[in-house]
Amino acid sequence: MMLAPTAEPVLTIRDLRLAFGSRRNATPVLHGISLHVRTGEKVALVGESGSGKSVTARLAMGLLQESPRTHATGSIRFDGIEAISGGREIARRRGNRVAMIFQDPTSALNPTFRIRGQFRDVLRSGDRGIRDDEADRRAEAALAEVSIPDPKRALDSYAFQLSGGMNQRVMIAMALANRPALLMADEPGTALDVTVQAQTLGLMHELTERRGTAVLLISHNLGVVREFADRVYVIYRGRMVEHGTTAQLFHDPRHPYTRALLAAIPKISGGGLPDLPERSPDFDQPMVVHEGCGEPAERRP
Amino acid sequence: MSAILELDRVGKTFTADGHRVVALEDVSLSFERGECHAIVGESGSGKTTLANLVLGLIPPSAGSIRFNGVPLPGERSREQRRSIQLVQQNPLSALNPRRSVGASVRLPLDVHGIGTSASRASRVAALLEEVGLDGDYARRSPRGLSGGQRQRIAIARALACEPELIVLDEPTSALDVLVQARVLQLLHRLRVARGLTYLFITHDLAVVRAIASRVSVFQKGRLVETGPVEAIFSDPKTAYTRQLIGAVPVVTDEEARLRDAIRAGAVPMDAT
Amino acid sequence: MSEPGSPVVARRGGSRAVAAFVGNPLSVLGLVIVVVIVLLAVFADFVTPFPDHVGPIGDFAAMSAAPASPYVLGTDAMGRDLFTRIIYGYRLSLIMAVVVLAIATPVGVIVGLVAGYKGGWTDYILMRITDVFLAVPPLVLAMAIMGFLEPTLMNGMLAITAMWWPWYARLVYNVTRAEAQEGYVLAAETVGASTLHILFREILPNCWPSILTKMTLDVGFVILMASSLSFLGLGVQPPTPDLGSMVAEGAKYMPDGWWLSLWPALAILLVVLGFNLVGDGLREAFEAEN
Repeated sequence: MMLAPTAEPVLTIRDLRLAFGSRRNATPVLHGISLHVRTGEKVALVGESGSGKSVTARLAMGLLQESPRTHATGSIRFDGIEAISGGREIARRRGNRVAMIFQDPTSALNPTFRIRGQFRDVLRSGDRGIRDDEADRRAEAALAEVSIPDPKRALDSYAFQLSGGMNQRVMIAMALANRPALLMADEPGTALDVTVQAQTLGLMHELTERRGTAVLLISHNLGVVREFADRVYVIYRGRMVEHGTTAQLFHDPRHPYTRALLAAIPKISGGGLPDLPERSPDFDQPMVVHEGCGEPAERRP
Repeated sequence: MSAILELDRVGKTFTADGHRVVALEDVSLSFERGECHAIVGESGSGKTTLANLVLGLIPPSAGSIRFNGVPLPGERSREQRRSIQLVQQNPLSALNPRRSVGASVRLPLDVHGIGTSASRASRVAALLEEVGLDGDYARRSPRGLSGGQRQRIAIARALACEPELIVLDEPTSALDVLVQARVLQLLHRLRVARGLTYLFITHDLAVVRAIASRVSVFQKGRLVETGPVEAIFSDPKTAYTRQLIGAVPVVTDEEARLRDAIRAGAVPMDAT
Repeated sequence: MSEPGSPVVARRGGSRAVAAFVGNPLSVLGLVIVVVIVLLAVFADFVTPFPDHVGPIGDFAAMSAAPASPYVLGTDAMGRDLFTRIIYGYRLSLIMAVVVLAIATPVGVIVGLVAGYKGGWTDYILMRITDVFLAVPPLVLAMAIMGFLEPTLMNGMLAITAMWWPWYARLVYNVTRAEAQEGYVLAAETVGASTLHILFREILPNCWPSILTKMTLDVGFVILMASSLSFLGLGVQPPTPDLGSMVAEGAKYMPDGWWLSLWPALAILLVVLGFNLVGDGLREAFEAEN
């Protein structure tokens, strides 16, 4: 995708550091990570549990900064604003300029309200004055777009009445309803059956491709990343260790951690299981950046 | 060729709120001693019910279950329970947070009255070492332990009373990639060393390929396909199996080729 | 290779709990109050200036005397030293609380465990019985029971025990229902552990934090309930020194004989406050342990 050299990425994270706890005795979680997502790009952030990938996404949405035991420094530029300290600006953009979908669709939806009401809330976040009937019309259209067979009935249902796969589609529809510039997906489909997960990811790919929505995919599943993402960041214990395009990363993994991950995954083509350490000092080696990938240069003030 | 476990036309129906739910129907399957037999299915396939039936937690509604040729009653005795043990999916909930690791591993020994309290302590230490943990862990509380460590402890507990068959219900699904690889290796090593039989329930066909010798596919309570693992991957007989293999997110080009061939219905040229 | 789980973490759980308790000034205050009261009550015979004033006779020369030396809190209508009688009143109240809880807690815990784990008809029947008791306002229920019985100390304790156990049943039932879903219970079942083992060695240990916290808070509340009953004339009878009766007797002399009701009332407040603060501190300590 050819972009003008000065086009600013939708999301730029620079030297993000995060620690939890009291001011004097904080546990560091992120040690200075940088990443960027350009318009229409699908970028994946891959890591195991405890790597810091989920907190990165939540910080980017401005969701963690408010808590007193959270200390974040660095820069998170989104949509022309600085989101590192949270606040009203990023809060206003949540749900309409940036949206997030979560791992377990059924529990991410409010069990005490029908889908209709939740959809209206989402649409109101993008357009304060929208009328109920207009909101319902758009909700139905959105549900039809994610191939839900009976949108009217789905809107009248509660989350627990719909299957996990349906709820995932509802969540995607709600997330994309306000045409956000950036969609963050935190382990989408992990709680679903394999076949349903495959369909969901296909759907997400198609919709975001069609609308040019940028996507930041958080996942521990390298297979999902390979199918879905254009560029991949690998994060290990709060540090970025490798960054490259999907082709580069999977064909030529260079960092010991990335290679260990890829080797450790069982393959349907066979090959058994290799002997690998869970931890190794090699994993702490400095970051590897593949050709053509690099963080955008700092903007001159 | 000795069948350690045989299911003969086994069925299970539940009644909830007046509705009848058929969880399993007409399942006939036999498990060979010493094999790792994978059970594959999505939600609603009946794999959990199958596990509960094999473990004797619920009685079958139809058919019979034979262990070493002997039919198992609906309500099992404590002695009968010794030979079939369980490793669960969620390691965080598998250990009692208010008992020490050692007490949890020792539980089967206490229940079955095996050995004396001194010998039990040394058996617990030996079991922990066998699963790759230091004997010191016995004194610890499970609090603060990682998923991988807890799962190893759960495996040690499952081995304590020397079972013959272990039901593993998605034992590595909740674990990180590197941890999963280590635990799968451990399970393989233990099976070979102790001559165990595994009933390995998983949704992950790649894991099936890596660890199992035979696999049975379930869909909506019925056994859809069964056979050696190599055969399932080189020539899957049913559309559902093809669909399952086709949905696996793969990481290498070789896998992608295999998967695409299976999706298309073609038999891949190299049967590996 | 540094493991995330080291023996240090195990110790830290318990000491985190202690630190949480000790770090909270209110909890420490509560503990001080409780310890002082308990010591005074235990050693009442040695600590009180006029131990024989627990009987029907006091100092006739100083009946209803305002606080002044040697009667630091004043005397009641029978010339008995209020300070002494309050300390003995504490002894009585604490004994009552201990006896009530010693009986009500095990009964309630067993009902809750069995109902929560067994489910089905056992659950239904046990919990509906529990609900019947819980539906009636506590004091009204106690009064109703006392209406059938003679007003004595024993019967007072009986009445309170009868209406106290359901709270523990409900508490333990809720915890049991949640814990019964956990993997370690399933593991015990597959191993062939007996129901007794599962209830008392697996599930009950997970109920202890809730039970102990509640018991501590309850000491104050049982004392309050007992005092209310005796205030209404339904509990302990004179001349036994009881805080509630003392408040009732003194009420007749208000506002001139203000000390007659005030000190016993404050005494009740103090002991309830003390145990409440300790109970809250315990709850926070248990939360910090995780």
